Amino acid sequence: MTVTRGFHGRRRDSDARLPPGQHLTPDFPVLSAGPTPLVPRDDWELIVATEDGTRHGWTWAELMALPSEDVTVDIHCVTSWSKLDTDWRGVSLDTVLADVDTAADFAMVHSHGGYTTNLPLEDLLDGRAWIAYEYDGDELAPEHGGPARLLVPHLYLWKSAKWVREIELMLDDAPGFWEQLGYHDYGDPWREQRYQGD
Amino acid sequence: MARTAIPGGLSARRAWRSATLADRRPETAQAVTLVLDVPDWPGHVPGQHVDVRLTSEDGYRATRSYSVAAPTDGDALELTVQRVPDGEVSTFLCDDLRRGDTVEVRGPLGGWFVWRPGQPGPVLLVAGGSGVVPLMSMLRARPAGSASPFRLVYSARSPEDLLYREELARRAAENDGVEVGLVFTRSAPEGDRRGVGRLRPEDLTGHGWSVDDAPTCYVCGPTGFVESAAAHLVALGHPPERIRTERFGPSGP
Amino acid sequence: MNNESAADAAFDGNVMAGPLSEVFAVDITTAQGRCRGCGTTSVIATLRVYGPDPGLVGRCPGCDDVLVRIVRTPDAVWLDLAGLTSLRVAVPAGVAGVPASSGGDA
Repeated sequence: MTVTRGFHGRRRDSDARLPPGQHLTPDFPVLSAGPTPLVPRDDWELIVATEDGTRHGWTWAELMALPSEDVTVDIHCVTSWSKLDTDWRGVSLDTVLADVDTAADFAMVHSHGGYTTNLPLEDLLDGRAWIAYEYDGDELAPEHGGPARLLVPHLYLWKSAKWVREIELMLDDAPGFWEQLGYHDYGDPWREQRYQGD
Repeated sequence: MARTAIPGGLSARRAWRSATLADRRPETAQAVTLVLDVPDWPGHVPGQHVDVRLTSEDGYRATRSYSVAAPTDGDALELTVQRVPDGEVSTFLCDDLRRGDTVEVRGPLGGWFVWRPGQPGPVLLVAGGSGVVPLMSMLRARPAGSASPFRLVYSARSPEDLLYREELARRAAENDGVEVGLVFTRSAPEGDRRGVGRLRPEDLTGHGWSVDDAPTCYVCGPTGFVESAAAHLVALGHPPERIRTERFGPSGP
Repeated sequence: MNNESAADAAFDGNVMAGPLSEVFAVDITTAQGRCRGCGTTSVIATLRVYGPDPGLVGRCPGCDDVLVRIVRTPDAVWLDLAGLTSLRVAVPAGVAGVPASSGGDA
């Protein structure tokens, strides 16, 4: 191994609130796999599709009519930055999925622009996931996933799909955009599940 | 087109090699040229880049791509690194890498954005900010007395941000078929007749250069700059197949 | 080239040359790829590339469809070329069916 003298890279901080291998960042880096979609709220719709083909839909106005929650959470990106105490407003997935009948164990989240990511359905429930539409008191900016993104802060941030448009409920798991290409199917930052096999 | 074989073969090109800093020259307040000594460097073609890898004591690694700034010169490899605010690799290379320190390089890389000495015809180089680096490698590779005229149109924020300022002035003054046109986007020298502003089509047509001269065009810079410069060139009638581009990110002049 | 950017960065296929060199014996950035979505043929060096993290994503200049994805994990290169119907790689001219003894574009 050729070590470059004096190079430390971004400091890996040790803080009880930081998962292994992470460092704190004061800003909010933007990582993208494609052009930023600009989705007008008038055209916005959230679909939940179940395994039998039933489709439930919410317009922007219908989403806004659902009870919202203010949440303060830590977020962890697989590229090793973490941000503590981020403030969001959104609708809990418990609320969105309350009247959806399903036997599914998994969800594939689809975004405008073609991005997908897979999660166990139970990770979207019990107050652990939101459709978020405000960040730090402001409308969620397009580069951070606005008008609305998924927020699942207990998993690496690639699971918190920006520009969410559909949650497809599935009986069997299937890999999403990054999970097809070496990233972990679950992505627990505390177990450092970055890549397949971790 | 004649091709020169690169010694060491393909596997040599793929391997990470140890490189030792032999010299460093400040170019501007925010950019430095690093001269690396890379034993058995196989040589490169002007326009190519290398990947640079840094490894910390605890095994953390970071890799970035940098254009080579000068033609092949034995085992000496020149990179010009522009400091990116908060960039963990560029700030280290600009501020902390000392003579005798070791990094790793992989390359030469990229066979598309290249000018091969001996390639006939005029060349129009269009640079935005540190996009001048691979174009400088091409300009420096042009043999004295070459029948191929070169014109560099170089857009920078201000005169203080110009890389290779004195060398460019010297090459332009030699009357040897190299012209340099400077475009300033934020502040220009006193008395500059063009004034400040982003690259305009007329910046690309000055000095009697026209589409009829059929130059090969190389455009390098931040994404927005490359897109607008390439659009100007196409609008002026340059065939897209004679325009080669290399872009890096949205920031810049 | 300088691929360290503080913001939402769009590169081009030139930046894929290093990671691709870990997999291919020839420089794939000079190859021509045909988009499965719109049929546009592009030199790989001219793709619109997003990244570099979590991975490099090369998109068609014609329709923005994903043509190439590359992820480098600590012990593997993951490569997806499914967005391409074909990849044309120039090799030194030889007798048909008889590969030239050495090759690759510098």
